[in-house]
Amino acid sequence: MLAHLPILQVIVPLIGAPVCVLLSRARLVWLFALIVSGLSFIVSALLLQQVLMSGTVIYELGGWDAPWGIEYRIDKLNGFLLLIISAMSTLVLFAAQTSINKEIPAEKHTHFYILYLLSLTGMLGVVVTGDAFNVFVFLEISSLSSYALIALGKDRRALWAAYQYLILGTIGATFILIGIGLMYQMTGTLNMADLAARLPEVAQTKTVFTAFAFVITGICLKLALFPLHLWLPNAYTYAPSIVTAFLAATATKVAFYLLIRFTYSVFGGSFSFTTLPLQFLFMTLGLLGIFVGSIAAIYQTNVKQIFAYSSIAQIGYMVIGFSISSVTGLTAALLHIFNHALMKGALFLALGAVMYRIGSVQINQFQGLGQQMPLTMAAILVAGLSLIGMPLTVGFVSKWYLLSALIEKGWWPVALLILIGSLLTLVYVWKIVEIAYFKPSLSTNSTVIEAPLAFLIPIWLLVIANIYFGVDTRLSVEVAHAASESLLQAQGQVRP
Amino acid sequence: MLMGLFNYWIVVVLMMIGLYIVIAHGNLIKKIVGLTIFQTSVFIFYISMAKVDGGTAPILMANVSQYANPLPHVLILTAIVVGIATTALALALTIRIKEAYNSIEEESIQQQNKKQASVRDELDPRNDPY
Amino acid sequence: MSLSLEVMLQMCIVLPLLATIPIALTGHKPNLREAVSIGMGLVVLYCVIKLYHGISQGENINVFWWELMPGLKISFSIEPLGILFALLTSFLWIITTIYSIGYMRCHHEKNQTRFYSYFSVAIGTVMGVAFAANLFTLFIFYELLTLSTYPLVSHSGTENAKKAGRIYLGLLLSTSIVFFLLAIICTWLVAGTLDFTVGGVFDPSVNKLLAGGVLVLFIFGIGKAAIMPFHLWLPAAMVAPTPVSALLHAVAVVKAGVFAVLKVCVLIFGLDLLAILPSTQFLLYIVGLTVFIASIIAMRQDNLKARLAYSTISQLGYVTIGALIATSSGVIGSAMHIVMHAFGKITLFFCAGAILVTTQKSNVSEMHGLGKQMPLTMAAFFIASLSIIGVPPTGGSWSKWYLLLGTVESEQFILMIVLLFSSLMNIAYLLPIPFNAFFSHSLSHQQLDSRNTLSTFQFKEAPPAVLIAIGITTVSCLLLFIYPQPIFDLARSILEP
Repeated sequence: MLAHLPILQVIVPLIGAPVCVLLSRARLVWLFALIVSGLSFIVSALLLQQVLMSGTVIYELGGWDAPWGIEYRIDKLNGFLLLIISAMSTLVLFAAQTSINKEIPAEKHTHFYILYLLSLTGMLGVVVTGDAFNVFVFLEISSLSSYALIALGKDRRALWAAYQYLILGTIGATFILIGIGLMYQMTGTLNMADLAARLPEVAQTKTVFTAFAFVITGICLKLALFPLHLWLPNAYTYAPSIVTAFLAATATKVAFYLLIRFTYSVFGGSFSFTTLPLQFLFMTLGLLGIFVGSIAAIYQTNVKQIFAYSSIAQIGYMVIGFSISSVTGLTAALLHIFNHALMKGALFLALGAVMYRIGSVQINQFQGLGQQMPLTMAAILVAGLSLIGMPLTVGFVSKWYLLSALIEKGWWPVALLILIGSLLTLVYVWKIVEIAYFKPSLSTNSTVIEAPLAFLIPIWLLVIANIYFGVDTRLSVEVAHAASESLLQAQGQVRP
Repeated sequence: MLMGLFNYWIVVVLMMIGLYIVIAHGNLIKKIVGLTIFQTSVFIFYISMAKVDGGTAPILMANVSQYANPLPHVLILTAIVVGIATTALALALTIRIKEAYNSIEEESIQQQNKKQASVRDELDPRNDPY
Repeated sequence: MSLSLEVMLQMCIVLPLLATIPIALTGHKPNLREAVSIGMGLVVLYCVIKLYHGISQGENINVFWWELMPGLKISFSIEPLGILFALLTSFLWIITTIYSIGYMRCHHEKNQTRFYSYFSVAIGTVMGVAFAANLFTLFIFYELLTLSTYPLVSHSGTENAKKAGRIYLGLLLSTSIVFFLLAIICTWLVAGTLDFTVGGVFDPSVNKLLAGGVLVLFIFGIGKAAIMPFHLWLPAAMVAPTPVSALLHAVAVVKAGVFAVLKVCVLIFGLDLLAILPSTQFLLYIVGLTVFIASIIAMRQDNLKARLAYSTISQLGYVTIGALIATSSGVIGSAMHIVMHAFGKITLFFCAGAILVTTQKSNVSEMHGLGKQMPLTMAAFFIASLSIIGVPPTGGSWSKWYLLLGTVESEQFILMIVLLFSSLMNIAYLLPIPFNAFFSHSLSHQQLDSRNTLSTFQFKEAPPAVLIAIGITTVSCLLLFIYPQPIFDLARSILEP
């Protein structure tokens, strides 16, 4: 059983999805989906433990040897990612039934869970696989189901957002497909480890450059890196609250994982960072993302949109950590993947709770909610502080590492700009806090009471995680550090 | 040289045509058509790449020693399935959009969105503008 | 009591934080709630005094909580400057609580339970700042202090209070996030440690330009020290209820700022390194300018609390100057000035609050002739003003003496002139208030007369709780002149390993 964990990771939700059709009652489907997601979480926890104890786990699908058959390969990096994704999915699902009761018509509830599990399958698959073409297939499984999930939103603009996301997402995926094809043409293999071994021989050909460019551009589209972020704000804003919480906590993380995997493992850090001005490019785009995202967030009146734009800014932080290409920098980026999932999961779930009680997340509707929904608002406050990067929250930990990495390299201006960027976060978070705590509530909302437990439990688990991992950083920092060390070591270019 | 690589030329031309349609046309169906052409060009790219000079179709036969590479064919079968799913989903979304907006023109949809946003703002008396 | 000193140290930090629970639970019974507050204050003061005895017997007290990130520990230890600051805050906390009882009830403030809760949290975090064994711990409690005092500043919830809260939080967090944090990370990467060490943590061969830059980041980053141009939060914070202004914005918060500056200068950089850094002189002039400009602005304020706020800014500059001139007299003067100024300024704020609750007056121009109505308050105001100016027989004269000595020793004559000039300005903006109160007639006398109200001439003092608090701090100002020895000893031992 333990030997088959890697395939179980994907197969459990994949089988779970169609089974949902057989279950007739919505509550039952929810319970089933929750169990499936919980099982995935257990599998990923066991896997990570296995990886940490005994190194990389390799699983050959159907018993075919690696270069011919598909190989699942789990090292510290994707073990960490698997854990994040399955944990966030389970926590979000916990609140799903309550939330979609208000946001999605009853006859579509089963569809929702099917799509949700398929999307989860796709994400886990992308992360677990060691085969480049397999990445494309799983990526499309997760993307197609998330387009449909977004389209379930109540507002008709959700349809338009889903359509836009579909067009851009498909272009991105096709770019990745082209890149993979070119790589195959040059090396005759699709296995990532094999590609990594064979690419250096042909590294100086134009075909490999083109392949690299296509793959990276495609991934950046999925990642919503500025200026390829245009699909994200609307998709997050108009999707059902649960979908937003799920996607915000996981989808961009998966894309970011791919970025790391392709640049460091497949093409190799030395190729990616020496033959192309990747460092400068990503640093600039990351900074622009931070400022454009944060400033746009300040001017929004829909709170979901505020945090959607904030996601673009946060992706900027990750990309900057990535572009430093030192152990500390990569550690910061990986930590921020984890930390950002915790913050945004909590925030978007809390917004789901507000949506549940009030039916709107326009900022003026938040007046007086500090008194009426104290626990939900306190969660937004703590997660918001974490987003700003206050000490004793997770946001501080990743910021500390990011700044350390930048100063190690002597990039002072970037460090200063990042800090100023985090002040912009303060502005939009405080805008919400002030309205919630210092304004009398609207007359239309006078009967609003605290959110139900189905929301409060996952929200507060995440909030506590925000604080716990901000105080006891051993687990997250150790895993992130070990993962980034092994990524750079594989290239023999560990820099102190 | 150029003729030897003609399959790539076709791929590139198709790809550009597809992308151009996606970007330039406001009609949602036309966009989907463009997207499909774009994807198809990649399918052709994979399939033509598998061709081996003098090789036959990859079916085991006596007295034939050279075959085309079957792997890209297999891969592209999967990609075609993905492409069909994408097109189907896009068409379904277009139908829903048509129902919701009574239009499948990008311009009109965005105008309606803008109107919806401003109406929403008017309904929200923000007595304390920031 | 057989509690070890380590436990006592932790109690000082944890008890005020935990006190919020009983305070919140007893919210419906004001008497009980305030009894809890004062009781907690007494316990904390007792612990701090025990700790003081501990270190005067040469004991080493260290507490380690946990390691946040590899090498970055949350730990506490006791050193003379910290104990001085802790003694000051815990003592004045009790006095202020007594004062608040009179003030808050008389002024019919809303949300008093919330007020006492956050007040208690703020004191806990100040204790954390005082006992921090390294810069990292100090930074964490420094940020928590900002956050926990925000609700106190915006207490009334009016548009004005919210705006002030925004400035308060915005400026303090901006400076600490952008400059202070950056400076800490640099120190960590360059020196490899953040522990406070006598003589500094930097290697003598450190790149002077880099270290100078870090010093600039520190001085501006510690926004609570209110160096211009990052001083605006302090006048803004004056919308808070007077006890808050008194304790937090004359003692706890601002003193946490200059305390941090002093610690950074003495225990991170070390006086030897500080003296040769290229940016020190530049910073000294900036601070000198702050002292100068703030004194002038104070002159022009009609609102009494605003005048006191600007006066605080200029007095905080004294402490920073004392730290930056890098001589032992300067450091002793700074440390003593933290205490002396605290007693003087808190008395002044107490008086301003007493005038406000008794007569609803907050502007200096309305206070003519008030001496007849509130002689005790005005007399206290007079004595505290003397202490701020630095005239015997008040405690303020000692610290000013050492600060001036420091400027002479290091041949910073410009700064000496700035300090002297500022003292003159102190006379000009503080003394007229009690003088006019006693010796001139109420300007609105005529008006009041016509309305047949003679209230200005009647004896009507502030509530007894308020008067008791004012009395204690005023007497302290005088006592500190006669017995400055314990404070001087503590201040002197800062530089000893």
